Amino acid sequence: MRFPKRRRPSENRYYQSLTRRMVLIIIFVSITPMILVSGFILSEFRTSYQAKIYDHLGELVLKKKQNIDSFLWEKLSDIRYVAATNSYQDLVYEDFIQEELHILRREFDTVFEDLGVVNADGLQLAYAGPFELEYADYSKAEWFTSAIQTEYHISDVFTGLRGKPHFIVTVRNIWEGKHWILRATIDFLSFNTLLEKLRIGQTGFAIILNQYGEYQTKPFFKNIKINNKNLYQFMKQSQQTPKGVHIVERKEPDGQRNIYVGSFLKGGEWLLVYQQNKDDAFSDLRHAQNIALIIIVVSALIIIAMAVLLSMKMVARIQVSDREKEIMNQQVIETGKLASIGELAAGIAHEINNPVAIMVEEAGWIEDLLAEEDLASCENLTEFQRALHQIRMQGRRCKEITHKLLSFARKTDSSVQDVQVNDLITEVVNLSVQKAKYANVDIVTDLDPSLPAIQMSYTEGQQVMLNLINNALYALESKDGRGRVEVQTRRNAGDIHIDVIDNGTGIPAAILPRIFDPFFTSKPVGKGTGLGLSICYGIINKLGGEIDVESEQDRGTHFQIRIPTAPSEKPGTDACGDGMAVEKTA
Amino acid sequence: MSNHSTRHAPTHGEQIRLLLVDDEVGYLNVLANRLGKRRLDVVKARSGCEAIQAVRRQDFDVAVLDLLMEDMDGIEVLKILKKMDPDLKVVMLTGHGSEKASKEGMRCGASDYLTKPCELEELLEKIREAYRQKQRT
Repeated sequence: MRFPKRRRPSENRYYQSLTRRMVLIIIFVSITPMILVSGFILSEFRTSYQAKIYDHLGELVLKKKQNIDSFLWEKLSDIRYVAATNSYQDLVYEDFIQEELHILRREFDTVFEDLGVVNADGLQLAYAGPFELEYADYSKAEWFTSAIQTEYHISDVFTGLRGKPHFIVTVRNIWEGKHWILRATIDFLSFNTLLEKLRIGQTGFAIILNQYGEYQTKPFFKNIKINNKNLYQFMKQSQQTPKGVHIVERKEPDGQRNIYVGSFLKGGEWLLVYQQNKDDAFSDLRHAQNIALIIIVVSALIIIAMAVLLSMKMVARIQVSDREKEIMNQQVIETGKLASIGELAAGIAHEINNPVAIMVEEAGWIEDLLAEEDLASCENLTEFQRALHQIRMQGRRCKEITHKLLSFARKTDSSVQDVQVNDLITEVVNLSVQKAKYANVDIVTDLDPSLPAIQMSYTEGQQVMLNLINNALYALESKDGRGRVEVQTRRNAGDIHIDVIDNGTGIPAAILPRIFDPFFTSKPVGKGTGLGLSICYGIINKLGGEIDVESEQDRGTHFQIRIPTAPSEKPGTDACGDGMAVEKTA
Repeated sequence: MSNHSTRHAPTHGEQIRLLLVDDEVGYLNVLANRLGKRRLDVVKARSGCEAIQAVRRQDFDVAVLDLLMEDMDGIEVLKILKKMDPDLKVVMLTGHGSEKASKEGMRCGASDYLTKPCELEELLEKIREAYRQKQRT
């Protein structure tokens, strides 16, 4: 026996596409709202976080600007104080001015590098400080031309005569109708430290530019690339916040986006600008975004996995119920078929009965007549008698056959009734005897006469026994020598046991667990529906019983049925389990 | 049946007057021939109507009635015959699987039934038994 699994590719495709559709729908309805909500929350969060960062930076820059402004004005006030409290004659004395510088450095700050008195012609008349700048001529110096025209002046940072970056604070006074200037140099490094503390993240730093874009402080990063040429103008033109801070975002030629937060100081001459790479400034935000993204991706993956799992489970269930439905449909169809076959058989049996009866009686008539004739001398008398006897014998056989057919066909109703299992088995065996004879098989019954009647549908019982016996005959078809099918019944603790044992080819162990599966058949396509045993299983199950199989290759197969005699919980009254045409299913 | 002496009495004594009703002419003829050969006085009727006419013409002891006929339902014929002659004993011939009809026939007054095709000896025995019943009453 071979048991190939019947494949149904088109059906598989249908269930696959059903699974796909369910997966897509579940994914769509669960992921779309998740993405929309998280996207909305994330964008809101980003906006408010950005505003917070800008506010914070603006605040920082503003504070720093006020710091620097007050520093500058403080230094200017110091110088003004020196100029106001001392006379020109005193200050042009070397010793005096040295003493003044000393006092300044002691009382205020070491930021004062040197001190000098310059006359209206730009000539430094007195100097106190570390450099040799006595009688230096500043008439051409830029700071001097500006300083001589205003009362106070703070210069831009420049290198000047000493070759070191510095800037100058000046106060203009008048002595004997002529202007003179008291100038002090502010230590660049000390000034620089004011800004150095303004450092945030990896790339955030602050610098001061003058209106020509020149550095007024030393950039924190040596290799800093700040496009300072236009920055001053750019910031000046940008919108400013109510507090006077300019915040702009600019894309640099290298593709990076920078944030510039600027504030003008020293009366608008200088620009304090804080620069930071945008990615760096928003690194916390980006971090949060990344975490959110990971959570979304993981959730999406879980949803997809669940969708696939759920759909597969559901489709598997649908598949099972589809199969059950198909079996039911098949059963209904087969019931109809059996009923019409029954009617047809009954009709034919009736039709045949009359001619057979006439034949038998005519033969009897000839016998009667022969008895009257004096045929003692007739050589063929015995042969006549034998032939007539034969006709009557065969007539009786015809009668038996039609009777079997009729009694089978008569019971195609599905109503539950008291059924004597032994009678049922005898009837089915009688019906199969002829077929068994052709297959060279003996059907032997060993029936326990004490079996009680059970409540079941007669047709369904016929169907189970027919299926099992036909399967056994099929298994014995290819066997050499005489086959044997044994049908036994016995009673055991309130149960009826029916055994159908054949000595056929047996069922391979590999497929044994699947023989009760619907559509599983060992027969060539078109010969078996693969439903026979699954229907048997359904019928026995409905009666609250069990059907089991043991098989050994080349030794035979043993089907065991157990049916409880007490009424089962699931009375088999539905129409689906009804009679079914004989099926040769292994 | 128990009385051995009465068993052969009809065959040796007076003839049983038998009405044979069957619409299958071939069967009717051969059965009539064979029963006639067994010294029964057989009248053939090929339909329910003919049977009724025959009973109207003369008395019978026993009628063998096929229940499955084309012109009339066998049960109907049975009822009419029993009405016409309540003493008439009727043996029914039925097809296989018509137990229901046979039982109904028994309720309507038939003496016995047989399924077709039947053994002649069996039929003969049923006829004689019916005749004995008639004799007893």
